Amino acid sequence: MRKIIKYFFGDIIRSKWIIVYTVMLLVFSAGIIYFSRDEQKALLSLLNIVMYLIPLLSMIFGSVYYYNSREFIEMLLTQPVKRSSVFYGQYFSLALTQMFGFIAGIVLPLLVFNFGLNSIFLMTAGTFLIFIFTGFALLISILVNDKIKGIGILITVWLLFAVFYDGIVLFMFYYFADYPLEKATIIASTLNPVDITRTMMMLRLDISAMFGYTGASFKKYFGSKAGYYVSLFILHMWMIIPAMIARRKFNKKNF
Amino acid sequence: MKLLKKIFLLLLLLPAFTYVNSETIKVGANEKFKTPEEAVRYSSDGDRIILSGGVYPVSALVIDKRIVLEGEKGAVIDGSLLKEILTVTADSVTIRNLTLRNTGTSFVTDVAAIRLENVSGCVLENNTVENSFFALYLSSSRNCTVTGNRIAGNSVSESFSGNGIHLWKCSNIAITNNEVSGQRDGIYLEFSVNSEISGNTSRGNLRYGLHFMFSEGNRYIDNVFRNNGAGVAVMYTKRITMTGNRFEDNWGANSYGLLLKDIDNSLIYSNTFTRNTAAIYMEGSNRVNVFGNNFENNGWALKILGNCYGDSVMNNSFSNNTFDVSTNSSGNTNFFMNNYWDKYRGYDLDRDSRGDVPYRPVSLFSLVVERVPEAVVLTGSFLVDLLDAAEKIVPVFTPETLADNHPLMNRDAK
Amino acid sequence: MIRIENLEKSYGKSFTLNVDRLEFGKGSVVTLMGPNGSGKTTLLKSILGLVIPEKGTITVNGENISGQCKYRNSICYMPQSSPYPPNLKVKEIISITKDIRKKQDNYDYELFELFGMPNILEKRSGALSQGTRQRLSASLAFMFGSDIIVLDEPTAGLDPYSSGVLKTKILKVKKEGKLILLTTHIVNEVSELSDRLVFMLDGRIKVDREAFRSVNENGKEFREMVSKLFKENGVAQNN
Repeated sequence: MRKIIKYFFGDIIRSKWIIVYTVMLLVFSAGIIYFSRDEQKALLSLLNIVMYLIPLLSMIFGSVYYYNSREFIEMLLTQPVKRSSVFYGQYFSLALTQMFGFIAGIVLPLLVFNFGLNSIFLMTAGTFLIFIFTGFALLISILVNDKIKGIGILITVWLLFAVFYDGIVLFMFYYFADYPLEKATIIASTLNPVDITRTMMMLRLDISAMFGYTGASFKKYFGSKAGYYVSLFILHMWMIIPAMIARRKFNKKNF
Repeated sequence: MKLLKKIFLLLLLLPAFTYVNSETIKVGANEKFKTPEEAVRYSSDGDRIILSGGVYPVSALVIDKRIVLEGEKGAVIDGSLLKEILTVTADSVTIRNLTLRNTGTSFVTDVAAIRLENVSGCVLENNTVENSFFALYLSSSRNCTVTGNRIAGNSVSESFSGNGIHLWKCSNIAITNNEVSGQRDGIYLEFSVNSEISGNTSRGNLRYGLHFMFSEGNRYIDNVFRNNGAGVAVMYTKRITMTGNRFEDNWGANSYGLLLKDIDNSLIYSNTFTRNTAAIYMEGSNRVNVFGNNFENNGWALKILGNCYGDSVMNNSFSNNTFDVSTNSSGNTNFFMNNYWDKYRGYDLDRDSRGDVPYRPVSLFSLVVERVPEAVVLTGSFLVDLLDAAEKIVPVFTPETLADNHPLMNRDAK
Repeated sequence: MIRIENLEKSYGKSFTLNVDRLEFGKGSVVTLMGPNGSGKTTLLKSILGLVIPEKGTITVNGENISGQCKYRNSICYMPQSSPYPPNLKVKEIISITKDIRKKQDNYDYELFELFGMPNILEKRSGALSQGTRQRLSASLAFMFGSDIIVLDEPTAGLDPYSSGVLKTKILKVKKEGKLILLTTHIVNEVSELSDRLVFMLDGRIKVDREAFRSVNENGKEFREMVSKLFKENGVAQNN
């Protein structure tokens, strides 16, 4: 598998995509840090990039790469190589190259400008999201042979996580406004990896004071060991399950 | 005319008489009087008692003569956690340069380090109060001055603690340049009128930095209220003036920079509100003028409930607040003009440094949060930004008339 | 060398590959023929593990290939359209393939050199013509001297000279005892090369005839037979 990772990695590193990706993130983060006087505001803007842009890019990058390298995959599969190795090789190469791009584009500027622990937090969150959504990208592209259709589905999935989910949550809040909602809000925001990231960052930035009683219970929950482990567990599930399904589908796929 | 001259002469001579009668009484280990009690018992009106350095255990000492009680360096009066320390029942008493510590604690009476009970013309000056239940307690008193005192409590729970400077049914009191921390309420006024509270710093108190009720006609100037449990709360009062104060870091669930409840006909101007959960929260407050204030980095800059009428918000600067203005009402009876809003995206074609299109400071999401507070966890989500953007373009839910028709283009354009 | 039993693979409702029993031995050239969509490529891809059959077993050198990959050390494949990642240079494609396969002491560079590959090592595969890619692909298929060589329409895009070179090579390695499996539409080719013809139609084996040696001298008889097969089954054959 190491060899396979090496080939994919080499191929991705050489593609202009990842350079554009890194430079774009670098321009964004440097611009945000430079132009917003307030550290908290800068972090919030960067958080938005991490929460919304990174997953979208991961999905598009992952699936476009998959679709474009079907020949390469086919070539590898006629060789004495395990299918799982080819899958993981591609998965890890995609995720790792993006992770490096992300670290160079966003985390390094943060470290340079001394954002301390928050930059480590953003790095962790971003890395999780990259792995999670790369898994989704591969799953969708393996299931759907048509490139255009695949990218359509994947943008829908992104919208689901980034927008519709919150919409549904908001609707539920509104609809059930007369009931105690604290538990529900906690559950709602631990189920979506994007929301976990946002909630945890908000709590870090201590915007939780605005959350009133909800914030207090949030802080209690996410601040507790149990809450932390549950969030971490759910993030891992989001990372592992789509990738596992994708691998199984890949192992049974006909080329 | 002659009579008037005589009276004038008498008045001129009066200090001379008192001077003649007054005596300076030293208290200390090596003095004639070993304890403050003895000195007070011996003294008569106009005397000056000086405590030399040292610790004096004192409990429930009543000062019923017009004396000056002052400490030299290192003079400490220790209440030994028993009862009240000093109770003043005579007019024109001055207590200065003393350190008082360790009052008793009571749930029946308000035990204080120094209590002024129905007096006039007293001065409490440059004292240090440590570990007290109530620190300085003024009850039914007039024309007194509380200045330069430093009060440091170590309260841990609201029900086991008293206030720093506490006024009950007082009038014409000057509370200036004091520093209060670690009490329940830093400065507390109830039924107290025509007083001036200026230059004080009230920080790290469990509940309110400043708290008053039914206390009309007071002026609050150049104070700092920082990092108090619930900020500053003022209630059921008319005709107050608040200016030049700084409300900072009153950050926490249910925390306010300034909470106004049933406040009428008042002025709030040139204050600075920074990093408060809700900088100003107004409930049932009418004809309050809020102008020239600076709101920065607050959760909510202004929360104006629907039962506020005829308030005006002008020439303020709003920047980096999560919500600029929020309300629970779909109507609006208040007036917004010429404020600077950092979220304003309008233009100024006629170059009068006023924007040409109105700014609506109430966002859709703030309305949602007002109805479903839990929804605030969605702050910063893409969906919320989308909703707000849509509402800004076509206002449907936000109050139609709650708008600043001439927002300032930049912060300094006042 | 290869044994297929009760193989079943369906694509949607319209097509099912169904092979009850088929065996290929060493030292022979087997040609799969049949109209488009008759299942030739699917059968080859099943052997290569690119297509996962629903039922049946395929054994290569006595080993059931289901879920395995090592057996592919003894197979080399020349795909129909020779798809290579366009970013990779020719030499990279070669080195990657060498790198992935079991280490060997010597490689068979004969076809590689005859096809002029040494001159285009630095070219990206995306810049190669279809014919050149085919030659690259053929060179790779023979480079490892593996026991089984699978060629999917090997001469389709080749010029007559290259085609001749390839055919010579096929016959040469056959003599070395290897199994060559190929598909083609060109009847002449079958008569020139094959020891055995497997004619497929609608996913089934219609004809499986051995020993063409005698008809090879006189291709006419064979051509007629093939034409008849196509006609009988309602498919027009151009050659």
